[in-house]
Formats: sequence, C-alpha cells, structure tokens
Amino acid sequence: MPGQVSDMTNDRRRPSQALLRISVRCGVAAALAIGPAVPAPAQSQVQAAQAVQQGQTMDFSGTWANRLHEDWVERAPGPHIGDYLGLPINDEARAVADTYQVSMQNMPERQCILYTSQYIVMGPQNLRIEQELDPVSGGVRAFQLSGTVDRPPHTIWMDGRAHPSPNSPHSAGGFTTGEWQGTMLVARTTHLKTGLVWRNGVPHSDQATMSEYYVRHGNVLTVTMILEDPVYWEEPFIRNASFELDPATRVLPEPCEPQVEIPRAAGEVPHYLPGANPYLREVADLYKLPFEAVRGGAATTYPEYAKRLRGTYAPPDRCPVYCCGGTGQATQNDNKASCRVDPPPAPARATPAR
Amino acid sequence: MRRLLHVLLAVAAVTATAAAQGRGGAAPPATPPTPPPTARASAPIDLTGYWVSVVTEDWRWRMVTPPKGDYASIPINAEARKVGDAWDPAKDEAAGNACKVYGAPGLMRLPGRLHITWQDDTTLKVETDAGIQTRLLHFGDWKPAGPATRQGDTVAVWEMRPARGAEPPPRFGSLKTTTTRLTPGYLRRNGLPYSDKTTLTEHWDLLRHQSGDQWLVVTTIVEDPTYLTRTWITSLNFKKEPDGAKWDPTPCLAK
Repeated sequence: MPGQVSDMTNDRRRPSQALLRISVRCGVAAALAIGPAVPAPAQSQVQAAQAVQQGQTMDFSGTWANRLHEDWVERAPGPHIGDYLGLPINDEARAVADTYQVSMQNMPERQCILYTSQYIVMGPQNLRIEQELDPVSGGVRAFQLSGTVDRPPHTIWMDGRAHPSPNSPHSAGGFTTGEWQGTMLVARTTHLKTGLVWRNGVPHSDQATMSEYYVRHGNVLTVTMILEDPVYWEEPFIRNASFELDPATRVLPEPCEPQVEIPRAAGEVPHYLPGANPYLREVADLYKLPFEAVRGGAATTYPEYAKRLRGTYAPPDRCPVYCCGGTGQATQNDNKASCRVDPPPAPARATPAR
Repeated sequence: MRRLLHVLLAVAAVTATAAAQGRGGAAPPATPPTPPPTARASAPIDLTGYWVSVVTEDWRWRMVTPPKGDYASIPINAEARKVGDAWDPAKDEAAGNACKVYGAPGLMRLPGRLHITWQDDTTLKVETDAGIQTRLLHFGDWKPAGPATRQGDTVAVWEMRPARGAEPPPRFGSLKTTTTRLTPGYLRRNGLPYSDKTTLTEHWDLLRHQSGDQWLVVTTIVEDPTYLTRTWITSLNFKKEPDGAKWDPTPCLAK
C-alpha cells in the first residue's frame, strides 16, 4: 500500500527531519541577523522558506472536475476489447491484453485491486488535492491526491526525501517525489505494481516509472504523465488530462467490499487463450480501420502514419456508436448510434383565469 | 530602552545624510530610462524549433477523418449537431473551403509538425506543415486590424514571476495566447463547426523530461456561444525534434 511505503520512509528519516527543523529555525534567525553572510546550508533553508513568497510554488489545493473532453469513450464507458489505438505498446503488451477478459474483475480476489497512479490521467475520476505545509518554512511538504473509487491515494513528497531501495515493496500508488520548476510541479513515481493502463487489459509492468507535470492556469489544471516501461512499451507514453476547479464536484471515496458477483468453480480465471479472443477485430470493423492501426505501436502515433492511411482510409457513412457521448447531446444510455432528438418546444399554455 | 532606540535612529539619520552629501548632495544627472526588454529577450522559455505532434489521445478523431455524426467528447448544442450532420466535404472543396479544419481551433489537433520562430522581437511565428498554415502570436500593445481570418488575431503574453533587482531572468514560465476574430471553421474534420464568435485561449508550457526530451503541452480552451454549451478544454502534446528533416508541407484536405 502506498501508505506503508511512505510510513516506512518517514520513520527512517524522522531524526533528520527534527534536525532539519532546527536548522531551518537557526537559518531564518541567522538570515535576519546578518543578512547575506549566512553559512551555505542554512541559507538554502532560508531560500526554501522564502520560496513560497517568491512565487516558486503554486497552490493546487481543491476539488478538480474531470471534464473528459478528450477520449470520452475510452475513459468513461471504456475502450473496446482490442482497441490499442494511439498506444505505443510492444508485442508483449499485445499478447497480455489479447488474453484479457473483463469479467476477470468480477472475481472476489480481484475486485479491490486498484488501478495504479497513472489512472489520474487515464481514468474518468475527479481529483481532490490537499497540500501539507511545513509549519516552519511554510513550504509544501507534500501534496495529497485523494484516492477515489478504484484509484489509490497518491502522495507527492516535496521535502527532498530519497526514493526507497529498489527492493522495497511496490504498491498501486507507488512512491512519488516532486520538485518545483517555477510554478510547475514535476513529480516522479517509482515502485508501482503491475497495473492496467486501459480497461481492456493493456498493461504496464512493475518496472514502469512515471513522470508527472502539474500546471495550473487560473481554474484549469493540466496534468501530463509520461509513463516509461521497458517491458511493455516501445516509447515513453505521454498523456494529458485537464481538470477544472469546481468545489461542487464530488470525489467519491475508495472503500471496496468484495463479494461474489458471478459464481465460479474454484481456480477458474476468466481469460482467452492466445489467438482465441473473438473480439479483437471489433473496433477495426466498426470504424473500417486497418487492423494493424488498432494494434497500436509507436509508429502509429506520428503524423507519418496518418499520411500512410490518407490514401486508403474511408470512414463509415455514419457514426456507429457513442456518437454523442460526453457532448450533453446523448441519451442516458447512448451506446448505439442515436443522439438525443431535442423535444419540440412546449406549446404555450393559456394563462388560467382568475 | 526607548532612549536607546532614539539614539540609534539619530545615528542612522546622520549616517544617511553624510552618505548623501558624500555623493555630492545634488540630484544625479538624468539618465534616459532603460526600455523594457522585448518579448523575445524576456522569454522565460524557448519555444522555437521543430515540434511533432504525438497522437496518443483522441486518435480516432485526429489521425483519420471520423465518421459523420461522431461528436463524442465535445460539449456541443443541437445547432452544432445540425450543422455537423449537414457536412459535405465535396461541397467544401468545390467552394474553395478545404481549409475549414485548419483554422486555429482545429489546426493544432491535426497530426503534423510545428515550426516556431521569432518573426521579430515581438512576434512569434507558428507554422504548420499540415495545411501549410501560419499563426502569428503578437506581444506588446499590438492591435488587430482588418477583417477576420482563418487564424484570427492572437495576442500573447508571457506568464512568469517577474525578475527582481539584479536577479537573472526567470527560467520558468509559460505563454498565454488569446485568439479572436476567427472566420468560421471546423473543430473536427467531420464538419463539427465553430463560429466567428469563438475565442481560443491557449497556455503553452514547456516540459523537460529527465531523458532530455522536451515536450510542448498546449492547454486549449475554446469558447463559442454559438455552438458550444460550455468551454471545451483539451491539452495537446508536441515533442521537440532536432531539426526540420521531417518537415513535410501538405496542402489542406477537405476530408
């Protein structure tokens, strides 16, 4: 669990934290007394203390609504089985994802497995961010990104602590440290467990690492993730998600209580054997796309690939599914071609006689 | 204690007066005011160079022409749907409107490359090889003139912490641009429209990855009272390339 990893690190560093606080206090006092002639270690603490006032930080606190204005289909209802469009994955990842059967998630022992922290960007959930301030320097000691539904809490440590040993346990949240680049928060996550990137079985391994960039412009927060995985991904995988500050937005907690949803024989794990998944061509057939495009890969994400398709690709005559998803124009359960037909204006009602 | 304070203040005042007299006492000769640094000189980040769009988001809506009527993800109103449903690329082509998706709000989402240079000290030039378009981002007190255009009129401002005193210029910051006076066009290749009342706000951020890669992320906010029910917020990523070897100008295509 992310908390366990963090606590472990916290305990190990507690004595040095106490020394750090004393050093900060001494540094501030020294700076006030003698101006620039402060010993180097103390001066760095003074600078850290002053950083907040000098605009080197940004307050990301608040509740942020995920508007899903990109990839609504993949992030809300979920991607089609075998839809790897735009994912720079390798053959190993395809082999794993092709065997995936979504009812695997119904197994009681798997129901409470959380998505890993990359799901902040890949998933549909809203985001709540709180900052933990150092009481002496006023600097940000940590950002806490709350977990929600199926995503773990995500702590970004800003106090300069080191990442744990490579042999430390991995968790869904991973271990994350951050630093400022101006008002941009740059974070790096290691110690992730193996997880799902898309809900159709596209994996990342426990060797994956993640860089995150948090940029706030007014009430818009853009989070960019760059996921690197030597096992399953051909190239670093970059994704963005934009959120809007919205105090009225709900961020649901993440309690999970496993229960039997589908009775199964002991030891049965839903899956497809290699080559036996009958749905892999579904998205290619729906949109008349070449099967090789749907299989993903780094080359398919560059403009050269669009040029290759240009001469041969012809879309279906009409949108086949999810046409108005996320537009505000969809029916509540719009998984077919229909978009909502606006009702005719109501006839003017006669004013009742008094 | 109070007496001591008075003594200290008096000493300070005498010292200050002596220092002033030591400089001659008279007003220093007038020096011409230093002009503020140009937008180019004060840039906190370097956006110039060649950038390639890496399409890992909305692939089906960007890399190929989506089917007619596919509006997923965009907060449109019924009127937008009506116009989108009537999309006819052959008609656009015949009317010389093949570039309708290459206006600023649609252009940046197309797969292609950007070439960013300084046209002069106050104007950033953004060229695209897709559709061979040019956007000009104007800093300072530039005022738009003339009729509305496909790329509109763009005012630009650096957003950064101002340098204080003898501090070196900040190395971090971002570019905010606001584009108005656009001619109508398409947000997507399949004819989903934006109107001439559209305002496009973009935040251009430079990300430095530990691998040495540089990424340009453009957070894009489209407001259109005619066809959108609320602001449409997306973010795009471009990876820096070492040179223009892959620059491949391609004319507008209607579909």
